[in-house]
Formats: sequence, C-alpha cells, structure tokens
Amino acid sequence: MTFLHRHRWLTPYLLLAPGVAFLVLFFVVPLYYLSYTSLQEGTVQVGYTFTWAWDNYSSAFDTYREQFLRSLEYAGIATIAALLISYPLTYWIAFRGGRWKNLLLLFIIAPFFVTYLIRTLAWQNILADDGFVTNVLQSVGLVADDGRLLATSTAVIAGITYNFLPFMALPLYVSLEQIDKTLIEAAKDLYASSTKAFLRVTLPLSMPGVIAGTLLTFIPAAGDFINAELLGTPRQAMIGNVIQSKFLEITDYGQAAALSVILMAAILLLILVYTRAVGTERLAG
Amino acid sequence: MTAAGDAQPLPRRRVNPLGRAWAFVRYHTLTAFGILALAYLMLPIVVVIVFSFNDPAGRFNYTWEGFTTKHWTNPFGPPFIGDAVGTSIKVGLIATGVSVVLGTLIAMALVRYHFRGRGAANLLIFVPLTAPEIVLGASLLTLFLNLGTVLGFWTIVIAHIMFCISFVVVTVRARLVGFDRHVEEAAMDLGANEFVTFYRVTLPLIAPGILAGGLLAFSLSIDDFVITNFNAGTTQTFPLYVWSQAQRGVPAEVNVIGTMIFAVAVILMFFNILVQWRRNPKGAA
Repeated sequence: MTFLHRHRWLTPYLLLAPGVAFLVLFFVVPLYYLSYTSLQEGTVQVGYTFTWAWDNYSSAFDTYREQFLRSLEYAGIATIAALLISYPLTYWIAFRGGRWKNLLLLFIIAPFFVTYLIRTLAWQNILADDGFVTNVLQSVGLVADDGRLLATSTAVIAGITYNFLPFMALPLYVSLEQIDKTLIEAAKDLYASSTKAFLRVTLPLSMPGVIAGTLLTFIPAAGDFINAELLGTPRQAMIGNVIQSKFLEITDYGQAAALSVILMAAILLLILVYTRAVGTERLAG
Repeated sequence: MTAAGDAQPLPRRRVNPLGRAWAFVRYHTLTAFGILALAYLMLPIVVVIVFSFNDPAGRFNYTWEGFTTKHWTNPFGPPFIGDAVGTSIKVGLIATGVSVVLGTLIAMALVRYHFRGRGAANLLIFVPLTAPEIVLGASLLTLFLNLGTVLGFWTIVIAHIMFCISFVVVTVRARLVGFDRHVEEAAMDLGANEFVTFYRVTLPLIAPGILAGGLLAFSLSIDDFVITNFNAGTTQTFPLYVWSQAQRGVPAEVNVIGTMIFAVAVILMFFNILVQWRRNPKGAA
C-alpha cells in the first residue's frame, strides 16, 4: 500500500498491465507471426523456412485478384444496402419511438441472439429453390422460371447485408438519437421545408453514425466467407474463402498469410484515414 | 406578437392540401418502412424457430413436411451435439470470467487516469474490434503453428479471451464515464481505504456495466465460428458442429438449440429493459 501511495503514477499501469499483456501476446505478437509466416516457403511435409519470399505476395495478388475485387464489391454493395435499410429504420425509432425505443432496438439486435451460422442457414431455407420467396419472384417475373436465388451473388450479398446490418444500425441510432430535436424545429421556424431541414440539419448531424456504421459493416463484410460458402458457390468465393481454405484445407501457409496481411493492411489503412478524421476516443467509446 | 401594432403579419407557411396529403403519406411511409424492416430482421429468426418443429423427410431440413415436437424432447440426441454445446458453454464461461476482469481493470485505467501511453492503449483496445475475424483467427494460428502449440480447448479459450476483452472495456467504460467520484471521496473521508472503497462503493455502482460486458462477452464467445475454426484443432464447439453438418444437412435439433440460445438472450434483454423502465419510466435511456 505505502509503495503505491508513494508511486501513484504507477496505478494506471498496474491496472492496464494484465489485459494489455494478454492483448500484446495474443493479438500483436500473432500479427508479427502472420507477417513472418507470409514470407516463408515450404510445405507441411518438409516444413516451412523463412526466405523473404515476397513471391507469396505477388502471386497472391495475381492469382486471387478476382476474389479480392469480389470481396470489395460484395462488401460495398452490402454496406450501401445496409445503410439504405438502417437509416430510415433507426430514424423512425429515434424520432417516433417514444417509450418503445428500447424495445424496438431489441428487434435490431435480436439477430445477434441467433448463432451466426444458424441464421445464415435460415436464409438457405428462405431462398431455397422451391421456397416462398423464389416462387413469388418467379411469378412476377423478377426471377426466370428456371432461375434460382440460392447459389447466386444476390443471395451472398443479401446474406452479408442481413448479418452485418446491426453493425450499421446501432451507431446510426446512437447519432440520430443524440440530435437535439429543437435544432430541427429551429430550422423549420426559419422556413426550411421538412426536406431541407433533414438535408441541412439531421443528415449532417448523423454523419458520425453513418461513417462509423459504414466502417463497422464494411470491414467484417470484406473478410467474411460464411455467406459465400453457405449461400453461394465457388464462383461467388470471396477472399475469406481463399484464406480459410488455404490455411485449413490446403495448408499453403505462406500464401494464406500473405493474403491475410494484404487484407489487414487494406483495412488498417481505412481505419487510419478514419481516425485522422474523428479521433480514437470517439471510435472506441 | 400582438404588440407589433401595424407591422405586417408574419407570412404563414404555405399549407396546400396536396402538400398535406404528401406529408401524411411521408409520415406513414416511414412507419410502414420501419415495420417492414423489422419484419425482415425477424424473418430468419422465425424460420429457425418454425423449422425446429419440422419433421424433415430426408437429411435436409429445407422444406416444411409436418409438425413434430420430437426434436424438442431430445435436443441432444444426434451424436456429438451435446459435447459440442458443453464445450461452447465451458469456453464461454472461462473466456467471460477472464475477459471481464482484465477488461474492467483496463476500463478503470483509461477512464480515471491520464497517463503517458493512453492513446496507444486506446488504439490497442480499438484495433481488435475492427480487425476482420479471419485475420484475428489466422494470425493466432500462425503464432501457435510457429510455437508448435497443440490446438484444442485452451487455444480456443485464449482466442475467445482475446476478442472479448475489447468489448468488455468499451461496455464498462461507458458505465464509468458517468460515474460520480464524490461518493468514493465520501467513503474515503469516512475512513475506508482504497480496497474497501472499491468493494463497497465502486464495484456495486459499476456492476451493471460489468454485467452487461460479461453478457456481451459470453454471447460473442458462444456465437463465434471464424476465429474458433482456426484455433480449435479437433475440439468442437457448437458453431463448429453446425458447420461440420452444413454440407450434409443440419439436423433440426440445431434449430432447437438455436431457439433456446435465442430465448435465453431475449429474456435477459427484456429483464434489462424492464429495469430501465422502472428506473426511468419516460424511456429516455
């Protein structure tokens, strides 16, 4: 005790030490090993040796450009779709929810309570070839009579949109809910139409939520492979599918690690740009 | 306004019947959209629950064949499923316990002290939240591969603690930020030392935040597939079991267990909302 009293400055470091040590050991050090592995050559049989094998990177880019681009495309479309669904939904809850706000929010996070894999499998049921949705879309001509929804890019994108929608909706809700309603009234008192008040007051004030939600949706979406695996075919494979099969099935560790590093680097770049704009405190809290 | 005498009356806002009809439509369009969006979020959940009562003809639980409660009477009937659920619960409890302690200590340090390296600590908490799961899983795997660690129960536990810590920090910190430190000072003035003050004053006050963080950690752990898949070896958690069955047709018992997890989570959330309502009946959380 007396030691602590004399060295009060130590207290925060003592509080941090165990948790930070754990994260350094099992989050930071693994990232080092990931980069280390990405420059190794070899096979499971003969073992892996570190040879500055930059070739892993160039061949990863060349061979899997298509999957990289597809990941960005699917994640991008799903992010926009999630935004278009979440914005009116959270706006409705934040401005019209009244005392039901918390209950309505519960609906948004409810999907998280069903195991990820199980809710994705449920989309298999919903989009199945002789299922209700396919039949309705076929009868109105949106899907050809012999066409299908399952095993198409539409199904994969729909699955991603659904699974990551709460990541978009929650930050959006927080920023919409914080808006001082009197500001909108003030805009209307100053003869702004509802549309103009929305565009000039509500929308700009909700931008932090839009940016946070976009990032929080896009990042996991770009690395996802479950939706492509369960709702698509190899033709819809994303970069996540390649990484996981290379690590766990083909055991081509060098190139698999190189692909992961590229993915992580791309995402760190995104975060860096973003933290420059808004600061770390607001992001994590 | 009445004292304005001969001043011109303020121009009134244009109210034409068409505009009013448009406003009515717009107002209710938003409500309709909100309800539709919530229905969309609920759809797969309903499917999961409904198909837990299905009596599938073959191995695939895709199309509705008839009502039965047989999966509910013996949800752990299919081989391996009980062990997988047991492993998931064990991993979840250990990971939650450890990450709650480590995370709460970090949150205390970050909220209460200004110290050198605070920004770096914030970043260390924040980056795991945004890194794609596949990169977290893959990098941890490369660590274990390079160290020659045997994958299994404990590598899963380590992985889960790692990704739960940041979520606990964020949750507990939110609770600590609004904390009135005068009550602690009062306790100290009345002769309590730091430890007694922590146990008798601080801990009970931040307990809801810790509880929320713990529940979040447990639900993340129970749900996790991607990171676990990389670090499980031959050990099987519930999501890994579902994955292993996905190609061959998932037994309806999986829907039963999914529904159970969902029900427990919803009951806990309802409880939470009720407590909030009783504290603050206006619903302004």
